[in-house]
Amino acid sequence: MGNELKVPTMAELFAAGQQPEVLFWVGCAGSFDDRAKKITKAFIKILNKAKINFAVLGTEESCTGDPAKRAGNEFLFQMQAVTNIEVMNAYEVKKIVTACPHCFNTIKNEYPGLGGNYEVVHHTQFLKHLLESGKISMEGGQFKGKRITFHDPCYLGRANNVYEAPRDLIRKLDAELVEMKSCKSRGLCCGAGGAQMWKEPEKGNKDINVERTEQAIEVKPDIIAAGCPFCNTMMTDGVKTKDKETSIAVMDIAELIATAEDL
Amino acid sequence: MDYIPNILFAILLIAGIAFFAKNVKKLIRNIKLGKPVDTSDHTSQRWRNMARIALGQTKMVVRPIPGILHIIVYVGFIIINIEVLEIVLDGLLGTHRIFSFLGGFYSFLIASFEILALLVIVAVFLFWVRRNIIKLKRFLNPEMAGWPKKDGNLILYIEFVLMVLFLTMNAADYQLQQMDVAHYTKAGAFPVSQFIAPLFQEMSISSIIVLERTAWWLHITGILMFLNYLYYSKHLHILLAFPNTYFGKVRPKGQFNNLDSVTKEVKLMMDPTADPFAAPDENAAPPEKFGASDVMDLEWVQLLNAYTCTECGRCTSECPANLTGKKLSPRKIMMDTRDRLEEVGKNMDANKGVFVPDGKQLLGDYISHEELWACTTCNACVEACPVSIDPLSIIMDMRQYLVMEQSAAPSDLNNMMGNIENNGAPWPFNQMDRLNWSKES
Ligand code: SF4
Ligand code: SF4
Repeated sequence: MGNELKVPTMAELFAAGQQPEVLFWVGCAGSFDDRAKKITKAFIKILNKAKINFAVLGTEESCTGDPAKRAGNEFLFQMQAVTNIEVMNAYEVKKIVTACPHCFNTIKNEYPGLGGNYEVVHHTQFLKHLLESGKISMEGGQFKGKRITFHDPCYLGRANNVYEAPRDLIRKLDAELVEMKSCKSRGLCCGAGGAQMWKEPEKGNKDINVERTEQAIEVKPDIIAAGCPFCNTMMTDGVKTKDKETSIAVMDIAELIATAEDL
Repeated sequence: MDYIPNILFAILLIAGIAFFAKNVKKLIRNIKLGKPVDTSDHTSQRWRNMARIALGQTKMVVRPIPGILHIIVYVGFIIINIEVLEIVLDGLLGTHRIFSFLGGFYSFLIASFEILALLVIVAVFLFWVRRNIIKLKRFLNPEMAGWPKKDGNLILYIEFVLMVLFLTMNAADYQLQQMDVAHYTKAGAFPVSQFIAPLFQEMSISSIIVLERTAWWLHITGILMFLNYLYYSKHLHILLAFPNTYFGKVRPKGQFNNLDSVTKEVKLMMDPTADPFAAPDENAAPPEKFGASDVMDLEWVQLLNAYTCTECGRCTSECPANLTGKKLSPRKIMMDTRDRLEEVGKNMDANKGVFVPDGKQLLGDYISHEELWACTTCNACVEACPVSIDPLSIIMDMRQYLVMEQSAAPSDLNNMMGNIENNGAPWPFNQMDRLNWSKES
């Protein structure tokens, strides 16, 4: 591995009398899940390369409360939200970027009602902006001619109408973007949302991630691109179930870009 | 004696409209059983939604075949109302084709009604084929057995018969006009029914008049009956689609309501200046119930949603849980809500307008825990609904009831919530380890 990751925390910067431009909200999956940690690191590499003035909350970050809320526990959600908002308001946070659509949705849409008003962007939107403003370039050509299909995360797409940023980035990789039969506003859930990640699915004849992976396999991709750590896990499992893990990779958009840039 | 038909017609019309008005009153009362919700925001977006989604049918054409067929029937329905207006005036005044003074424009109107009527017949036939011969999967879900299936077909039969009666009426009229029969002034153009008219050539004038009058009476009686059938049918959507798209959700789909009652308590709990041992306020209102276990716990817009649902199943056919064989069907959530609301309404009718507890509720008696926990909150159902219904909001309210009032979450979820409470993450990892990834290679 190349350079050390530079991961400043809010507390450190604050102590040094500095204020970062943007807070990178890592999220629980990005902090603890082995697969998702790779996405976090890929994104950090890009931030470092682009010399973005950012910080993370580190040990001061706590679950946004999204899984609690969607499981029906409004109390726990609001306790989490109010705690997080207190921390962020103390640091006078203005702008937040996150690689988790669940954190993105919750902080963007549900925190304002509880006193947390920030500009919140998903990392694909942020990356698109970096690319357009020339802070990063993608010339690696590693993905030239590769077939990539994008799985829309429900909480990014349908929930917040972000469909184009991830797609624009994939096109910039010189890859061939192929669409599944259910995509964009009609995209099929990976099966993890609404707190399903933490429980056994109800009885049925198939798991949702398998159904979704089958839709992806239909378009014969080399890579299934994702923009959510949970989708990533679900699709990775799905690809394994179908014994395709040697021929189809599941990668986050941040990982694609970090790879293209040889970071 | 000459006035008898006019009087009979007036009685029929008043009875039809009065009965309809009575049911509308009941409908409004039932919807108002729901909790209040502020819908005064985003006014211009609401109007736009209504214009686009209900009037403009934009969501229907997401599926082009039923979309186009539906637009034909919809336009036919709207236009035919002009013709109904003429029928009503003729019926009351004893006139015939009262609008015929419009001349060329009148001919154009009648001609377009005729063409639309024919198109509606074709569309209705194709709809029937889809339901009964091709047997599209989404019409075969368990919740569609029995009345919902019959209801769907009945509407098609009624529309078919009404259109056939309309064309028969015009054909007989046209024939009488050709024969210069008094009272049947030459008016209108009949691009479709002129081909039916020759069938009547051999008949006597009086028989054709009887035929024309019979078709006329059956047609208008049919329309009045249809109007009154709406209340009992999924066809209520032809009226409610408009208010429903207006009052539908205007926030981003992923944004769920933050319960105000919870906010108050959370603020109090987190407030360092609050006295934890203070005696509870004696005058405080009894604590609100969290979430929903019955229809009265839902907001009125959700109840309006239930009456508006047209049971098309577009929601269910996009639902990932349903697609993979789980019990959840968002359409069933809406149908159950309506059925229970109707049950509550009947209970009130039978008890002088007050609801007498009947030992039943929406949760458990209609909607099972299993259905509720299968939802991934993906919003596919909300996106798919052509009339802006939000089945997910009902699912979420009932989950809140299960968790906050009954602590009845699946045990895996209890573990997850315990972890968030203790460690600030849904997994059992220590909050102090949150940054460890930055040091791992
Ligand atoms: S939100 Fe729930 S009910 Fe609606 S489509 Fe998704 S899983 Fe099905
Ligand atoms: S909720 Fe909407 S999509 Fe679902 S059946 Fe009813 S009308 Fe159709």
